Amino acid sequence: MEMFLYIALFAPLVGSMFAALFSASPKTLIAGIVPSALLFISFLASSILLAYVLKTGGSIHVEMMTWMATGDLYIPFGFMVDQVSVTMMMVVTLVSTVVHVYAIGYMSHDKAFNRFFAWLSAFVFSMMILVMSDNFAGLFIGWEGVGLCSWGLIGFWYHKEVATWAANEAFIMNRIADLGMLIGIFLVYWNTGTLQYVEAFAAMPSLETDILTWMGIFLFIGAMGKSAQFPLHTWLADAMEGPTPVSALIHAATMVTAGVYLIVRANPLYDLIPHVGLFIASLGAFVALFAASMALVNRDMKRIIAYSTLSQLGYMFVAAGLGAYWVALFHLMAHAFFKALLFLGAGNVMHAMNDELDPFKMGGLSKVMKGTFIMMTIASVALAGIFPLAGFFSKDLILEVGFIQNHYIIYTVLLFTAGLTAFYSFRLVALIFHGEERYKLFGIDPHEAYKFMLVAMTPLLLLAIIAGSLKGTYFDMVTIVLPATQYHVHSAVVYWIMTIGTQLFVIGAIAFAYKKYALSEVKVPDGTSAMENSFGYKLLKNQYYIPQFYENYLVKPYRELSLAFWKEVDMKIVDATVDGIAKAIYNTGENTRDMQNGNLSTMLKWMVAGAVGLLSLAVVFGLAVKFSSEIEFFLSTLGVQ
Amino acid sequence: MEIGLNHYLVLSTILFAIGLVGVMRRKNLLLLFFATEILLNSVNIAFAAISHYYGDLTGQMFAFFVIAIAASEVAVGLGLLIVWHKRHGNIDLDNMSTMRG
Repeated sequence: MEMFLYIALFAPLVGSMFAALFSASPKTLIAGIVPSALLFISFLASSILLAYVLKTGGSIHVEMMTWMATGDLYIPFGFMVDQVSVTMMMVVTLVSTVVHVYAIGYMSHDKAFNRFFAWLSAFVFSMMILVMSDNFAGLFIGWEGVGLCSWGLIGFWYHKEVATWAANEAFIMNRIADLGMLIGIFLVYWNTGTLQYVEAFAAMPSLETDILTWMGIFLFIGAMGKSAQFPLHTWLADAMEGPTPVSALIHAATMVTAGVYLIVRANPLYDLIPHVGLFIASLGAFVALFAASMALVNRDMKRIIAYSTLSQLGYMFVAAGLGAYWVALFHLMAHAFFKALLFLGAGNVMHAMNDELDPFKMGGLSKVMKGTFIMMTIASVALAGIFPLAGFFSKDLILEVGFIQNHYIIYTVLLFTAGLTAFYSFRLVALIFHGEERYKLFGIDPHEAYKFMLVAMTPLLLLAIIAGSLKGTYFDMVTIVLPATQYHVHSAVVYWIMTIGTQLFVIGAIAFAYKKYALSEVKVPDGTSAMENSFGYKLLKNQYYIPQFYENYLVKPYRELSLAFWKEVDMKIVDATVDGIAKAIYNTGENTRDMQNGNLSTMLKWMVAGAVGLLSLAVVFGLAVKFSSEIEFFLSTLGVQ
Repeated sequence: MEIGLNHYLVLSTILFAIGLVGVMRRKNLLLLFFATEILLNSVNIAFAAISHYYGDLTGQMFAFFVIAIAASEVAVGLGLLIVWHKRHGNIDLDNMSTMRG
């Protein structure tokens, strides 16, 4: 089994290295096919590991080699495949295989085709390190690795100013959060003396609650950055500047869920500090609503889906914060499938529309893009949580968790958000695929994507449909390591009212979205309608003015401060000191070169001066030695030691 | 009054000072050689006097060495001086600055 573990882990790295060999040369198809094939191998190996874990109920633990061993610190390159990490491995390898194959078609006209696959496979490798590591140090390496690859892929089209800006924004935001994460890891090490999950978690119950609280908070700050929770959320929407396969893989299915994975992985810690958990859940509920509200009015297809991702991450944090770790992981998995599908569908639409992102300029595309239409509709249904698709099982479960634990505010917020989710998802579908063919106004001639791209998407489609039926098996598997709390509403009547009520509410929201946006009178907004000029619309459109707030109150003062430091401190103190030393030496040389004028007489004079100087020094020191006791006495009377 | 070691040392110091001033002040190469000789001989006097004072012949032997080396030095030096004079027509120190830094 160890062999399969290594294959699953290192196949993406080999693929990345292979593609990197061609990174400077023009498009070579093989640079896309080989990494995809290797990822498929990684997927197969993960499946074998999953089968093994399912069958035996045990886990696989290997220690590849020692990484650091100094004093009491011992950090190995250790990897662990248990029920939680194998779930993540399946999600990561499956979605990335699909995305790789899809990207062969999507990126086929891009000049940097080879470089794209090098980055993308490197990302998968980092993600595998992140989920498979058996200690916090390895987790952190993977954490930084996915951050780096995310930077490289958001800024993939680096000739675009916005893309590089977004890449840097994502990277810097994540650095801020990673500092918190690092402090959390240090706290774990200081207080438990180890970074291995098993030993660290075993030592935690005996620690003071204060320390555990700080640990939990700092680790969660790390998770907030990676999972783009408020107030570090702005980077995720801007990250949509990257190619669409990147958005599907990194910014929907895998990397952004790393924060949830961290909380799930650290469940023994968060079980000890339920007050932090409640904070996480409240923040999650807030973000769910907050992000969904911004998605309501946005006119950028990819940003709408990004906000939806943000909102769903909020759901996951609610579940994780309330101690329903298996529910959070289940929603993570289901969400990865339908959200990646949604993004890939959006990628098809973008290709068809010559990179147009405004859904108001599309309309009626269902006639030309039947396959994409069906897939995106099903993905949206799954996202909205309609029975019997994946979202119904995972999302409704989170609502039930909130309800059963008597957090009615969280429950209400999440229920309302479920309605918003259904509305904005179907607003998007209706605008893109139904109504009048508005794209004709802009002279665009849409076409369906390559056949193999659609075929590549079908595994996701299937899983988005059937993932719910895997719930029983999944529950039996992960609850070996996660707390096995069943969430059932006690009274059957209440349960049915809740479920049917939620379904009706969601269906109502969908119907409203269709009614409003699928009709033929939808026009391209020109900024004159009453709604567009209302305060609420502007507030949402400008993302609650948070990016502007950051720009004006954080970035600008920081820039001014940096300028001031540069001009006042760096130029006038640091540089002046260094320059002063150099100038002093230069001037000394300039002024003393007259000594070397070649005139024998002058040189003789200097020689005599030197001899006299040395002699007088000898005399002074001789006297000092001779009268040392007197001198000491004299100094001691002055109070000098 | 008996002439003792101190008198010799004082004489030696005075001669050394005269020689030092000569080395510093003279511009004529020939006179510079004279000044050097005065320096060396002042040291010779000190050597001889101290040697006699301690009853140890090492100092006097050293003085002989100094005289021998001074003689050969002057021989080489005068040779160079004559060659210089033939070439440049003077032996002024201020003109000897071809090794200016």
